[in-house]
Amino acid sequence: MTEGTKKPFIVREIRQQFPALRQLIYDKNLIYFDNGATSQKPQVVLDAINMYYSKDNANIHRGVHFMSQQATTEYEKARVTIQNYIHAKKSEEIIFTKGATDGINLVAFSFGELLSAGDEILITAMEHHSNIVPWQMLCQRKNLTLRVAPINKKGELIIEEFDKLLNSKTKLVAVTHISNTLGTINPVKELAVKAHAVGAKILVDGAQSIQHMSIDVVDMDCDFFVFSGHKVFGPTGIGVLYGKEALLDKMPPYQGGGDMISRVTFEHTTYNELPFKFEAGTPHIAGGICLGKAFEFLSELDMDAVQKYEKELAEYAQDMLDTFEGLAIIGEAKKKTSVVSFVVENIHPFDIGTLLDKQGIAVRTGHHCTQPLMDFFQIPGTVRASFAFYNTREEVDIFIAAVEKSINMLK
Amino acid sequence: MMTLEEKQQEIIGEFQIFDDWMDKYEYIIDLGKELPLIDKDKKTDDRLIRGCQSNVWLDATVENGKMKFTSDADAIITKGIIGLLIRVLNNETPESVAKADLHFIKTIGLQEHLSPTRANGLLSMVQKMKMTALLNLDNNA
Repeated sequence: MTEGTKKPFIVREIRQQFPALRQLIYDKNLIYFDNGATSQKPQVVLDAINMYYSKDNANIHRGVHFMSQQATTEYEKARVTIQNYIHAKKSEEIIFTKGATDGINLVAFSFGELLSAGDEILITAMEHHSNIVPWQMLCQRKNLTLRVAPINKKGELIIEEFDKLLNSKTKLVAVTHISNTLGTINPVKELAVKAHAVGAKILVDGAQSIQHMSIDVVDMDCDFFVFSGHKVFGPTGIGVLYGKEALLDKMPPYQGGGDMISRVTFEHTTYNELPFKFEAGTPHIAGGICLGKAFEFLSELDMDAVQKYEKELAEYAQDMLDTFEGLAIIGEAKKKTSVVSFVVENIHPFDIGTLLDKQGIAVRTGHHCTQPLMDFFQIPGTVRASFAFYNTREEVDIFIAAVEKSINMLK
Repeated sequence: MMTLEEKQQEIIGEFQIFDDWMDKYEYIIDLGKELPLIDKDKKTDDRLIRGCQSNVWLDATVENGKMKFTSDADAIITKGIIGLLIRVLNNETPESVAKADLHFIKTIGLQEHLSPTRANGLLSMVQKMKMTALLNLDNNA
């Protein structure tokens, strides 16, 4: 669908398509502000899941029978839908994974095999544990060095420090597109230029960006881009690793098994071509097909309007929270979206989260799988409200009143 | 002196008057503020139970055949629930602590706080209370 034919963005109509939003929690209308953790699913995705298991269920890529071919066609169609959505050059560059974590682990293992002792990997201080631990494991395995580019108190990457850490030994820069805890948008396109200038590759963790903005992996010029399906209105257990074809070709397979092979003898095995080389075993077929449906759904939306709306919603919430005495916003980057994290003096985030829950409001509390980031801010955790395009200003108003009530109870 | 079961029934009775979740939590928060705190010098790492969400410190001893618990937590709601658990288990023999079925938690609607997914340290705390009781059973045997 071209830009001109996008549907106008009307929140009321969008909400209608997400049945999970129409429920009472503790007799209150659900307010779902935990979109950073996972998103709700539109009816088209739910219908597709039902349809797949009621009608099309068959194993793909190998069967000669009708149902297998039908399932294969749908699965491969989903791959192309996703390719088009992120503007990848070829569908072979779209590898189905279990999620963003799985994608990062795949790269850490497989691209990691191309690295040797003394090489360096550069990450940032705002990474999710998923974009820290696989690199630590790789560094131990191959005797590499992990470098961490620091951030400032606003939660922005300090570019000068990043530049200092980047050198000819750096083989990979692994950076989050948007911080799940702070909402900071990293300048990934600029970082890609810098990485390539020293001969390094760049992996962008898109777990928190794919659902909030248009993604163009060619324009971004990233070498790898990973995301999880469930955060982008699709099912759990499915995700995508995008990789540049030439690079994926050079990398050895991650896991061995069915589907990833071309020919097996007991003496020697030759591997299948991309993308199947990296997809051992029966994949999450329903997940792949339904993730394709989620992207078809997103393709009809004007993502620039979505991004603008979500940013305004987060800013509205942040401005109101900012007026509370003793409340501090964690993450005040100039370029920020969709996430508002905060702490309140002498009140534990868990207590606020529990009281919000009892008022029908779902938020996340804790360290958000970013413990080093919590250490940096010297806090035990935050309360995080993370928004999606189906959230409304009215919900923010109720949330603000509920936060105020909770603080008063806990003081 | 009340039995362990009578103490549970008493708490269930107290919670029956609340028909609103927020009132219930207001009461738990008040209990949290009243929790007899663990001595500062006992807030050591070996008494710390790390949860994903909040941390709990627990000191468990046996005096004259009865178990004594003091505790602290960094979250007030956690403290309130600890207050209830200690009220039920304090001054009980190791045997009855080890055997205790803490059904009141479910009846008053707080079972989510003792589910493994909550990871607020409470489930581990109850396990530690029971473990200490069991160890003392063995010592007496």
